[in-house]
Amino acid sequence: MADTTQISPDTTSEGERTELGRYADKARIGAPSGTADTRAVIDGFTEEGESLPGGDDGVEQLGFKKHSHGNAPVVPEASRGERRRSFDLADFPALTGLEEDWRFTPLKRLRGLHTDALTGAAPAVAVGGAGNVTVETVGRGDARLGSAATPEDRVSAAAWNAFSEATVITIPRETVADGEVMVTVTGSAREAAAQHILIHAEAFSTAVVVLDHSGSATLAQNIEIVVGDGAQLTVVSVQEWDDDAVHVSSQQAKVGRDARYKHVVVSLGGDLVRLTPSSIFTATGAEVEMYGLYFADAGQHLEQRLLVDHAVPNCKSRVTYKGALQGDDAHTVWVGDVLIRKAAEGTDTYETNRNLILTDGARSDSVPNLEIETGLIEGAGHASATGRFDDEHLFYLMARGIPEKAARRLVVRGFLTEVIQQIKVPALEERLSASVERELAAGNL
Amino acid sequence: MSTLEIKDLHVSIDTEQGNVPILRGVTLTINTGETHAIMGPNGSGKSTLASTIAGHPRYKVDSGSITLDGEDVLSMSVDERARAGLFLAMQYPVEVPGVTMTNFLRTAKTALDGEAPSLRHWTKDVKTAMAQLRIDADFAQRNVNEGFSGGEKKRVEILQLELFRPKFAILDETDSGLDVDALKVVSEGVNREHSKGAMGTLLITHYTRILRYIKPDFVHVFVAGRIAEEGGPELADRLEEEGYDRFTAQSAVEA
Ligand SMILES: Nc1ncnc2c1ncn2[C@@H]1O[C@H](COP(=O)(O)OP(=O)(O)OP(=O)(O)O)[C@@H](O)[C@H]1O
Ligand SMILES: [Mg+2]
Repeated sequence: MADTTQISPDTTSEGERTELGRYADKARIGAPSGTADTRAVIDGFTEEGESLPGGDDGVEQLGFKKHSHGNAPVVPEASRGERRRSFDLADFPALTGLEEDWRFTPLKRLRGLHTDALTGAAPAVAVGGAGNVTVETVGRGDARLGSAATPEDRVSAAAWNAFSEATVITIPRETVADGEVMVTVTGSAREAAAQHILIHAEAFSTAVVVLDHSGSATLAQNIEIVVGDGAQLTVVSVQEWDDDAVHVSSQQAKVGRDARYKHVVVSLGGDLVRLTPSSIFTATGAEVEMYGLYFADAGQHLEQRLLVDHAVPNCKSRVTYKGALQGDDAHTVWVGDVLIRKAAEGTDTYETNRNLILTDGARSDSVPNLEIETGLIEGAGHASATGRFDDEHLFYLMARGIPEKAARRLVVRGFLTEVIQQIKVPALEERLSASVERELAAGNL
Repeated sequence: MSTLEIKDLHVSIDTEQGNVPILRGVTLTINTGETHAIMGPNGSGKSTLASTIAGHPRYKVDSGSITLDGEDVLSMSVDERARAGLFLAMQYPVEVPGVTMTNFLRTAKTALDGEAPSLRHWTKDVKTAMAQLRIDADFAQRNVNEGFSGGEKKRVEILQLELFRPKFAILDETDSGLDVDALKVVSEGVNREHSKGAMGTLLITHYTRILRYIKPDFVHVFVAGRIAEEGGPELADRLEEEGYDRFTAQSAVEA
């Protein structure tokens, strides 16, 4: 842990900002290791700051509880900022599952994405919607590729080394896209494959880009995103894969001066979906919002690991992820790393993750990590809470005349709508609301 | 006029230590327009009676019957009972994640009436009822009971009583945890609804305090899962003076 100060994260909770004066130079809030097994207990949906190992392990009947931490033997990481970044696969040792960033992922179910050559046929990419953006298919030698993102893990590096051609979408300078850019990614093969997509919103452009994943695939994917100075870009990544799909996707964005970047994850379908979205501020005055919605059914593993890298002064970030779980062995993981580097004075950041467990047998892990290397910031905070919809909630709603199925739907719909509303593409919002309804129906709720 | 009839009700719960009988033969009839107070010491089974009427799955009915205008309540699901006109204001209302009060109230009203309320009237009704109960307007956008104080939760129960207009209201210690002002506000709410003449009320309480504001027609003293004594309002006055000691001692002798 070197010279990084550990702060008991109990000091942060919803609505409470970390007070900077108190934590001199370097601070790390959150849980750098351990399992966040969230079965809940505190009555109602009270927000909880992350608690450190040795925290409350209790499992009780109603409501919500703090995270507790198990004893998984995990390789600790000094600082999120020091994680290896490289295009060379050899720089990433073979995975054992003990790595900090892989400890929740069932490697066995990656279907070789972390071990095999990714020689399968990549899912088909079709781009439609806006007429005034440029779409190109380029070879791997194209100089623009790799300019915004450098792989941070083994699967991402393997994908970088394996893709044969990439899709490059450019929103030209000062252009307002004349419609949503719909990027349809359709898988039809089981062989492990690699894919590369670059989205470049040039300076002062405005666009919404939707990555719409469906079909069946075993896919390692790198999405590179450049948000130019003054640009306003929304990227929505929808995972509505078939039940057998495996999808590991790095979605790194470099955010320019005064830019506005919004990233929305919607993960509903697939056997294993692991997204690592990151936002890296490269110049001052930018704002980032990252939203996520995931709904895991029996047996599904839906994982999201975020990074917001405040490397420069006066940027703002907000992270809001919400997940619902139902069915045996439904598993969701949310890890939110926020890094406020020494130079990032004037940073304003807040991240929150909420999970709602609808049935027994599901498990949700939630780990917010906040590293602060400067005291001169506007605000930094995080909140994480996992709630259980239990018999008492159900009784309350039914005692008001609401039938059981309607009661469950009411709760889930209300919970997830907040994120869907952030997409601001009405047709897509409608489609996703319908998908959530289908998930509910599938779970016999 | 409606009648809620409870006959020789025996109820038990399953605990880790095995099956525990709690209600040991309760008989009680309530008609529209009547207010019955059930008073009794802690643990005497008052909430058990209330929850059993509402259909909470924890409570097992071993024998006896509950009927509403002759219909078998015990064979109805929890939501069917509510739609049949039974309303339980809970002693400890739970916080329901993810659902705003507005959404909840409208969904419940729609389920209870079998059709959505006219939006214009409904919004006005909710506003008026909230104002009368001195519930802040911004509560409408908060999740059901989430972060509400004990007193706020009780007001919100009575808010529902006024909006849902049940045939029979069972109020389980609605008075506990309320200060005098809140007690008055809540009692007025119950009286407003009662005065419309279409509701029967079963008022469960540990203390006589609320009976200064809500006048019972009948008082039943509940001890050890049974009604130990019944009478008119004067019985409440006696309890105020003497407490429950007389009854608890008596039941100890019987047991
Ligand atoms: N879930 C439960 N598990 C174990 N015992 C229970 C449970 N529910 C009720 N009991 C027991 O049943 C008895 C009656 O409880 P009940 O809550 O009905 O009493 P009450 O008259 O409402 O008391 P109070 O005045 O405290 O609200 C008590 O002895 C109580 O401990
Ligand atoms: Mg009680």
